Amino acid sequence: MGRGQFRRVAERERRRIAFLLDGVETEALEGDTVLIAILTTRAHLRMAEFTEAPRAGFCLMGACQDCWVASADGRSLRACTTYVAEGMAIVTRR
Amino acid sequence: MNTRVAIVGGGPAGIRAAERLVEHGLSPILLDEAPRIGGRIYQQLPEVRGFRRDGKALYGFEAGKAEDLHAAFARIQPQLDYRPGTTVFDIASDRLITLGDGRREEIAYDRLILATGAMDRIMPLPGWTLPGVFALGGAQIALKHQGCAIGHSVVFLGSGPLLYLAAYQYAKAGVNVAAVLTTAPWLGLGANLLGMAAQAKTAAKGAYYVAKLLSWRIPVIGSVRPARIMGRDSVEGLEVLVDGRLRQFDCDAVALGYGLKSESQLAELAGAQFVFDRAQNQWLPEIDDHGRAVGRDGLYLAGDGAGIQGADAAELRGRIAAGALLQDLGIALKDAGDFGTLKRWHRFRVALEQAMPFPSHLAADLPDASILCRCENITAGEVRAAADQGLREINRVKAATRLGMGRCQGRICGIAGAEVLAAKLGVSVDSVGRLRAQPPVKPVPIEALAGDAP
Amino acid sequence: MKADVIVIGGGIVGCSTALHVARKGRSVILLERDQAGIRASGVNFGGVRQHGRALAELPLSFRARAIWADLASLIGTDGEFAVTGHLRLARQESDLRLLLLHMQGASLYGLKLEFLDRAALDHRFPWLGPHIIAGTYCPSDGQANPRLIAPAFATAARKAGATLVEGAEVVEATHDGGVFQVAVRDGRRFEAPLLVNAAGAWAATVAGWFGEMVNLVPEVPQVMVTEPAPYRFQPVLGVIGGDLYFRQIPRGNVIFGGGQGRANADHTRSAPLPEISARAAAEAARIVPEIRHLNIIRTWTGVDGDTADGSPIVGPSTTTPGLFHAFGFCGHGFQLGPGVGAVLAELLIDGRSDTDIHGLGIARFVGRR
Repeated sequence: MGRGQFRRVAERERRRIAFLLDGVETEALEGDTVLIAILTTRAHLRMAEFTEAPRAGFCLMGACQDCWVASADGRSLRACTTYVAEGMAIVTRR
Repeated sequence: MNTRVAIVGGGPAGIRAAERLVEHGLSPILLDEAPRIGGRIYQQLPEVRGFRRDGKALYGFEAGKAEDLHAAFARIQPQLDYRPGTTVFDIASDRLITLGDGRREEIAYDRLILATGAMDRIMPLPGWTLPGVFALGGAQIALKHQGCAIGHSVVFLGSGPLLYLAAYQYAKAGVNVAAVLTTAPWLGLGANLLGMAAQAKTAAKGAYYVAKLLSWRIPVIGSVRPARIMGRDSVEGLEVLVDGRLRQFDCDAVALGYGLKSESQLAELAGAQFVFDRAQNQWLPEIDDHGRAVGRDGLYLAGDGAGIQGADAAELRGRIAAGALLQDLGIALKDAGDFGTLKRWHRFRVALEQAMPFPSHLAADLPDASILCRCENITAGEVRAAADQGLREINRVKAATRLGMGRCQGRICGIAGAEVLAAKLGVSVDSVGRLRAQPPVKPVPIEALAGDAP
Repeated sequence: MKADVIVIGGGIVGCSTALHVARKGRSVILLERDQAGIRASGVNFGGVRQHGRALAELPLSFRARAIWADLASLIGTDGEFAVTGHLRLARQESDLRLLLLHMQGASLYGLKLEFLDRAALDHRFPWLGPHIIAGTYCPSDGQANPRLIAPAFATAARKAGATLVEGAEVVEATHDGGVFQVAVRDGRRFEAPLLVNAAGAWAATVAGWFGEMVNLVPEVPQVMVTEPAPYRFQPVLGVIGGDLYFRQIPRGNVIFGGGQGRANADHTRSAPLPEISARAAAEAARIVPEIRHLNIIRTWTGVDGDTADGSPIVGPSTTTPGLFHAFGFCGHGFQLGPGVGAVLAELLIDGRSDTDIHGLGIARFVGRR
């Protein structure tokens, strides 16, 4: 799994919740965006379509559209503006 | 007559506009993309138990203003049709097309105030698409809204007052700030003292942050020339030229931003005309002194979405635009707007832009292999090749190269793309035009777009 | 300024005409109001199909298809042309009759189509929605990128020696003593013994100057594109009724359209309508349900003119010797354009063409007086 890109520096006393990241049970804190939940455990979010190079989002404010992942049912999720929820199943590759 | 007024944006401008309308007996619709009001600057924590930081920790010097704004909203909320978590993605002459909770909805309006705010203005450099490179505003959001740092060791690169503030906030939160590097000469603190004096208190805050950073022995360096961000699958370091000499900084994250640009796509779809603002070096919707869109009756623009003047000015501009709307409805104003203060903010912003300018000069030397458009993976070289084929307008270059055709519609690459094209052609950046906005201004799932259409 | 031929209109039809005339060694001036290739020619759906055309268009369509096959040698780029096939779909029993009727007629012209019943569709294209009952498939059709093709024709015409004058809005054209005088808004005048009216949505005005009154209905096709997704839907899709067309490019984006946006009074600007987007999205998701989760990232429109019978007008004027029309191409111009230029150049310079266009003349509208 490796080191997360992000580092928690405050607000750590929140309820822990579990979600599925590419099928693997992963821990997050309630109130995390999907982007934060992934990048605190991984170095990147997704692979860019045209280069197969890793990407981790950019603007964190819903503008750059570089952090789209999917839910297990195939719906697209913008990771920086979607909050993670208990039991949520996220896939980072289509 | 019951005039339907819609306000898009729940930041300082949108809230103050709503407040003034409510004070005059109106009940506007307030649509905000975020789940809670406040905009970017006064963004609130998620409504989840366990978040602890107070206003002072989140907003620093601005805590009082944030508190006032949040309180103002709480006061008027009963009179509002408030729609949080709602993205306006298209605008027709009489209704907004919105997406909220995965559902499409149309909201009719008679008059419209757009207070859509701003985002980071980016000049790419080699390596800027690596995981670990984030927009400066994004770095701030990670910390403020989520209690996270974008890395373990962070370089702040760019220009503008936000650079020092964000670096200061990171250092104060215990993050290793490897360096604060700006393209502005004299750290952007020297020039045009007269203009700065227009808002002496705000100018002093910038100096305070720099002094603090220096006191913590963090390198704060001006007049740098960014060279590249290093790393294979993530950030491993940054190279810049300082006084012509190459210097490397080890880091695993970079916060990148050169001031702000207006989010003006919705204004365009609503029918605003655009003019090039030389002081801000960007195309802006054309408004009169009261925020009325020129050439489009019933449309009003307020806050940083109509040219960058900052949060304090945004609150004023919200009230002023609401005042114009009320007057256009024939409603006598119970209060008077303070235009003198707004003019001071404008002078201050012009001075700030001169002291901490967008580094247009970097466009000419951006290597051909550098990615400009991160959505479609279009390089600076491809834009220059289009210029070689005789294309002289940015929308023609878009058609030929796919620059700005991706999910973000050129929000991130539009300004730098125009600079690269202009530099290649040897013309001023306004003469290559601006990328036109097309609906939807944010991606919309087909199933939501279809809604219950036949 | 004088030349052998003047072409009014810098779309794909006008540019390909100028290119072919120049290749025949004649001098040609092309007058374009704005920039060449940026109107309907540059923003259309991008289908390259013979399938489903009116039979009178087929010989011209075949001629065009042969040029498409070797486009790069003509204009220096293949413009992402890919032979992915075209599938025309029936959604109800009454569609089936039209599907078969066209298949019969087209076969008389030599266009090979395959009939696919629902079972065959399930086998070949299992991603089609349940309301599709049958289809005909044309393997030799395909798709290309209009944004690249239309400007490339302009560039190729220029390289072949044509004079392209952009920003030249024609305000008057007259014919006297065997010569056409053409005036542009800024006062420049041009002169030639041969004139081609390829003015797209504005061509009826030009025809009117020569006493040929044609009713051209402005059309504003609206198209949208999704974010990239794995490449899966190969053939271009069309439906009986024409209210939806659909393709996916190998890069991954799905492009589809249907319905009309809005245009301003003089048709120089157009914009999408939200309710049209919603309707097209709903029908696209019925025809290919798998796309329902994909994000739409952009919508656009263009303006062209459509004739009363839906087929273009190509051929000599009925009133004025030396005048040739080529317009009314809405939904047709992109595939036909390369062929129209070749045929018109033959008519202009050689006085004859082996490609049969007799059913496309303007006479069918201006009629018998």
